[in-house]
Amino acid sequence: MQLTINGKPETLEVSTVLDVLKSKDIDPQLVAVELNTQMVDQEHLGTTSVKDGDKLEFLFFMGGGA
Amino acid sequence: MSFTEEQITRYSRHILLPEVGGKGQKKLSQAKVFIVGAGGLGCPVAYYLAAAGIGTIGLIDSDVVDLSNLQRQILHHTPDVGRSKVLSAKEKIQALNPDVQVNTHEGRFTSLNARDLIRHYDVVIDGVDNFPAKFLINDACYLEGKPLVHGGILRFEGRAFTIIPNKSACYRCIFKQPPPAGVVPTCQEAGIIGVVAGIIGTIQATEAIKLILNIGTPLTDRILDFDARTTAFREIRVKRNPTCALCGPDPSLTELIDYEQEACQLQPSGTMLTNG
Ligand SMILES: [Zn+2]
Repeated sequence: MQLTINGKPETLEVSTVLDVLKSKDIDPQLVAVELNTQMVDQEHLGTTSVKDGDKLEFLFFMGGGA
Repeated sequence: MSFTEEQITRYSRHILLPEVGGKGQKKLSQAKVFIVGAGGLGCPVAYYLAAAGIGTIGLIDSDVVDLSNLQRQILHHTPDVGRSKVLSAKEKIQALNPDVQVNTHEGRFTSLNARDLIRHYDVVIDGVDNFPAKFLINDACYLEGKPLVHGGILRFEGRAFTIIPNKSACYRCIFKQPPPAGVVPTCQEAGIIGVVAGIIGTIQATEAIKLILNIGTPLTDRILDFDARTTAFREIRVKRNPTCALCGPDPSLTELIDYEQEACQLQPSGTMLTNG
């Protein structure tokens, strides 16, 4: 299916948000995920399904400042 | 309070702007900004706010200047190595602009002092380098109703985000809790291109000035990520999260928590680094 990830179109065969993270080798602990402008709870990543045309934004932790 | 001849000259390029003018400059001179951390972000924020004529700048940091800081922490100079960061910063701020009152706190920003420290300020700036402190600042600002300008930097990247309590998304609306200790590297471990601290810090200072002057549109409900490798900004629209434990309708967080310091911040020698 066709997804938009961080603003870029991508074709992935996945069913959940967690699948998307896995397919991109992203540790779910390191990222906050927004699906069509709604934040997805960390606990629900594996049960939140994605469908054709969905938009995902990954926000990685960025903790530096000094 | 009216401006002296010298102050009118000093701030003339601000006063020329219709959105600022003498009235706006007066607002700046009466404003109080609290900066947590006098490091990579805190230095450019404080330097520009001082130049802009912000009346009072509060600074807290527990560290002393290290030679490895000088690549980006622009308020600290070579002879300052080994000296308290807040005192080093205060000297440079006052050399630049003696109009600015600088309140320094040598120590750590904790759940015990956080709310008292920020209470008498108008805007708070996040210039810390660890997640427990970033969450603590977010929570303290929400509970005290203080606008916060968040900043984060790592390697070639940076992020800025403004939070207006009860009006816009808070840090916890996006990130529920700090990541597990050690999984996200710090600048100290992973490195940072020094100028990225300047880019993000000057965005934070801009946001503070806009909030004080009530100009334009604040960086609320959108996270601004910058990548120096491509010189590209990415704006991610966010909104208040109804399940946010802090600012949601059914909050479970009603007081401050000190998360465990991340293990990765422990130096081999066992020295704890904060706000570094
Ligand atoms: Zn929130």
